[in-house]
Amino acid sequence: MNSFTYTRADSVEHAVDERVAETGARFIAGGTNLLDLMKETVEKPSRLIDITRLPMTSITETIEGGLRLGALVTNADTAYNKRVQERYPLLSQAILAGASPQLRNMATNGGNLMQRTRCYYFYDAATPCNKRQPGSGCSAIEGFNRIHAILGTHLFDQEGRALEPQCIATHPSDMCVALAALEAVVQVTGKYGERTIPFAEFHRLPGNTPHIDNALEPDELITAIDLPPNGFADNHMYLKLRDRASYAFALVSVAAGLELDGDTITNARIALGGVAHKPWRKPEAEALLVGKPTTQESFQAAADALLAGAQGYGANTFKIELAKRAIVRALGQAAKLEPTE
Amino acid sequence: MSQVIGKPINRVDGRDKVTGKAKYAAEFQVPGLAYGYVVSGTIAKGKITRIDTSEALSLDGVLQVFTHENRPRLAWFDISYKDQDAPPGSPFRPLQDATIKYSGQPIALVVAETFEVARYAASLIRVEYKEEPHETSLEANLHRARPQKHGVADLLKPPPPKPKGDFNTVYEESPVKMYGRYSHAAEHHNPMELFASTVVYEKGGKKPKLTIYDKTQGVTNSILYVSQVFDIPFKNIRVLSPYMGGGFGSGLRPQYQLFMAVMASLELKRSVRVTLTRQQMFTFGHRPATVQNVAISASADGAMNALYHDARGETSRFEDYTEIVTNWGGMLYPPENVTQDYKLVPLDVYTPLDMRAPGGVTGISALEIAVDELAYELGMDPLELRLKNYTDLDHNSQKPFSSKELRACFQQGAERFGWSKRQFEPRSMRKGHNLIGWGMATGIWEANQMPARAEAALLVNGKLWVSSATADIGTGTYTIMTQIAADALGVPMEDVLFKLGDSDFPVAPISGGSWTAATVGMAVHSACEAVGKSLLELAKKLAGSPFKGAKWEDIEFADRQLRLKREPTTAVSLQTLVDLNGGKAVRETSTGLPNALKQKDYARATHSAAFVEVMVDEDLGTVKVTRAVSAIAAGRILNPKTARSQILGGMVWGISKALHEESILDHNVGRFMNHNLAEYHVSVNADIHDLDVIFVEENDTIVNPLGIKGVGEIGIVAMPAAVANAIFHATGKRVRDLPITLDRLI
Ligand SMILES: Cc1cc2nc3c(=O)[nH]c(=O)nc-3n(C[C@H](O)[C@H](O)[C@H](O)COP(=O)(O)OP(=O)(O)OC[C@H]3O[C@@H](n4cnc5c(N)ncnc54)[C@H](O)[C@@H]3O)c2cc1C
Ligand code: SF4
Repeated sequence: MNSFTYTRADSVEHAVDERVAETGARFIAGGTNLLDLMKETVEKPSRLIDITRLPMTSITETIEGGLRLGALVTNADTAYNKRVQERYPLLSQAILAGASPQLRNMATNGGNLMQRTRCYYFYDAATPCNKRQPGSGCSAIEGFNRIHAILGTHLFDQEGRALEPQCIATHPSDMCVALAALEAVVQVTGKYGERTIPFAEFHRLPGNTPHIDNALEPDELITAIDLPPNGFADNHMYLKLRDRASYAFALVSVAAGLELDGDTITNARIALGGVAHKPWRKPEAEALLVGKPTTQESFQAAADALLAGAQGYGANTFKIELAKRAIVRALGQAAKLEPTE
Repeated sequence: MSQVIGKPINRVDGRDKVTGKAKYAAEFQVPGLAYGYVVSGTIAKGKITRIDTSEALSLDGVLQVFTHENRPRLAWFDISYKDQDAPPGSPFRPLQDATIKYSGQPIALVVAETFEVARYAASLIRVEYKEEPHETSLEANLHRARPQKHGVADLLKPPPPKPKGDFNTVYEESPVKMYGRYSHAAEHHNPMELFASTVVYEKGGKKPKLTIYDKTQGVTNSILYVSQVFDIPFKNIRVLSPYMGGGFGSGLRPQYQLFMAVMASLELKRSVRVTLTRQQMFTFGHRPATVQNVAISASADGAMNALYHDARGETSRFEDYTEIVTNWGGMLYPPENVTQDYKLVPLDVYTPLDMRAPGGVTGISALEIAVDELAYELGMDPLELRLKNYTDLDHNSQKPFSSKELRACFQQGAERFGWSKRQFEPRSMRKGHNLIGWGMATGIWEANQMPARAEAALLVNGKLWVSSATADIGTGTYTIMTQIAADALGVPMEDVLFKLGDSDFPVAPISGGSWTAATVGMAVHSACEAVGKSLLELAKKLAGSPFKGAKWEDIEFADRQLRLKREPTTAVSLQTLVDLNGGKAVRETSTGLPNALKQKDYARATHSAAFVEVMVDEDLGTVKVTRAVSAIAAGRILNPKTARSQILGGMVWGISKALHEESILDHNVGRFMNHNLAEYHVSVNADIHDLDVIFVEENDTIVNPLGIKGVGEIGIVAMPAAVANAIFHATGKRVRDLPITLDRLI
């Protein structure tokens, strides 16, 4: 851990100004990810801007009829919020599938979006890693990649020839998988003012710049996350598969939301976690379900479509089949054809 | 008279532990303490060509940076670096020279006024290496397997016995046989408490005086090491380790933070603390990965006639760590034709280290899956097969067991579990997507006793003070020794003050191998008896003493009194007796020695039977151990509560080993990569469901007069195989590689 200065921001503008003034500065919220990264010397901020006193700590109604989740509301308070539990149980379920109670009590919603990959090599400065140190190489491709990505890792040159991927890391969040399925919108404030980022555009694929995780500009602060009115509360499922029953990141997770008319699917959302550099969605695959009956065949077709083009790197190849089975199961559970335990 | 032995008594140190009063090695505060932070190497093999410490040294608050270039002169010969648990070879010496022997090797120590400055300074040290090709893969180097080097370690860990009979021919000709290849990854102990040493420096005469708070499973081991390596007489060193936040074997050897802290303290003439980080907890001993082959054949009725078991274990390039992996088949089963073989593959890793049931859980996991496989070849119930091949003889040594109530374990365990309702066919039970399976396995572990010393003193206030330089690694030593002492002199537990973890106390061996209860228990018992004998002498001096002609056999201790057995009303209080001692405590030191004469004709072991139910999601491969029963035969149970906790811990770890635990060694970089508790998975609460422990009656007068065998390891031994066998029964899939993660089941 390096030495750093510390500022407590007293307004959003103050926080942004401090960030603009110093490129090495970082916001700190719950600190559950940033402090670990600092101890491993992966992050070496010159200044920590403590944002925990900023007024982004409430959950409020939006005019559209959705909910606005303050960036500083903790993961625990979000998951156990009555309105969230009633109207967005998928989100609640996803958050509670992550980390541990202690971590969720500290972790904030903004921080959750910004958490970095759990790739072993990223965390260990002794090994090459393009995300940590651009151009140094990716240790995972030829190394131990059981927890790594199977989707969205391809790179092509201008002629469309396949190139060696630069990074096969996954985004580790559970919460974000549900937010992707729910089509949340991220509210941010930067030096040029406020803007909104649709969730699908928030996280990005690694491409040639794996050190950039998302679309947030360095000077921007997440202030809130807006949930649209439809929470798929009647038919939803967050299914997380991992190496132990709790306190482990997802090998594969599925956030599924359905709207049904009898046995017929009228609307479907599916997002995958643990398989790509961002929560993975494919609207074409979801469209395949619309108008279809809630059967194994319909679910399987959607699963196959979602995983089209998936590529394994050895130890993680099992995820392709696992993800398909998880999707089929989660859709069955969302449709209440199967028990959820 | 047994008043408290055998009772489920709460831990005497429980309150101190939960209130934080119990202090651990890194928690002792001393004025003027400096903090050391270890710099770890990043390559697996090669040389340091340059190490630039100037930037670190220029920081405010940095006192010194020690590297191989400026370290003090130290003991020259290997022998000085050999600790009590050192395997044959040449022990690793921190900061010895520029050579890198394994990834994560400590290459420098930064000492600063605060921990934070030391850690920051450590990040400023620039190191250049000349890398050499490394080998860290056991699988890729099996062709290099060679027999172990021999040394004193063989005494406790004998190599496999010579083959007997003719395995090949009998196996070939047998009607029923199985063969399997088994493997498991390396594992790290990962106790909650990080390794730490706080060295308190005081000026002495010619040499300084050091008081060292060390995380260790043996203060005697630490004092020996420090004394030899740094050439300081014993009398100038005191090592203290009153509590340990988990050992599991990791503290059986002095870890390098002890070396670092003492070196820095001596050089800087200051008190120094060095604490390792969680990541650095992956840079020393670990349970070695192994690859094993097992082949067993039987006649059509299930009588085993031939057994083959070989194992290849990793070790370092500098020491031959060995464990007993392949000897167990010959101890558990009676075939006449047996070949057991064990070889080592030296790799560019740190020397492995004993980890709970070292070798035992490794070998039994393979062996007991193999026996299950044989049962399925035979079409025979797995428990039936074990009963068919039951024996009271250790067929390796041809000696009978001093006691062996394994049959009772089978019976009571099966009964509690409901084994008789099991259907033989795999995939015969299902609930929705979940396949349900029942599996069982046998466990065995040695019942050893070492020599140890203890002191007992009946103080002038009538309290009983007892001490020994042993350790409580979380097992309950404080409690059971208090019980033994209380019963030996007939005083209530609250009158006994048992102390341990201090090198000033009478010497005891490192605490491991499940031998502490018997070893230190017998020393405590014997010291208390010696006090009792002195008390009898004092009793005889009473005016008109009714004890004049009494012999030791004629008296007993109860209710804080010495009294005649045949006439308990003839009694004198212990307080009266100690008052006769001229204002001094009645103090005796004594050695508890194993009775070699009595033991030599017997094999001594604890046994277990584990029964496990799993639920496996057929599509998703997730495994849940819904319930497990362990029936244990481990001689006399001193305290069913602490003993049960030991077994429960072993069962949890067995599940963890079967399903979760794996230190991921990346062979490209030659480094363990999941070096934190988020990615090194151990079972968590949500993984553990219904666990049940049965202690079967087992009387043993041969192991030692108290009949103690020890329960530290036996709880884990049978569990992984029982889990794997249950998974087979559920799914029909035989997984021979641990841990059984979901990708191995889909
Ligand atoms: C052992 C462990 C296990 C875990 N398991 C899981 C799991 O299973 N599933 C899961 O989803 N998560 C898991 N987590 C991750 C946890 O959810 C995140 O660490 C947490 O959400 C981060 O929130 P924080 O407030 O602590 O962020 P911090 O650590 O404070 O910050 C993280 C990053 O976000 C930035 N940041 C924070 N707030 C803002 C903001 N408002 N605007 C812009 N930038 C911001 C910071 O600058 C920093 O770069 C685990 C974490 C640990 C340590
Ligand atoms: S996968 Fe990405 S984060 Fe991991 S080593 Fe490769 S570049 Fe680094």
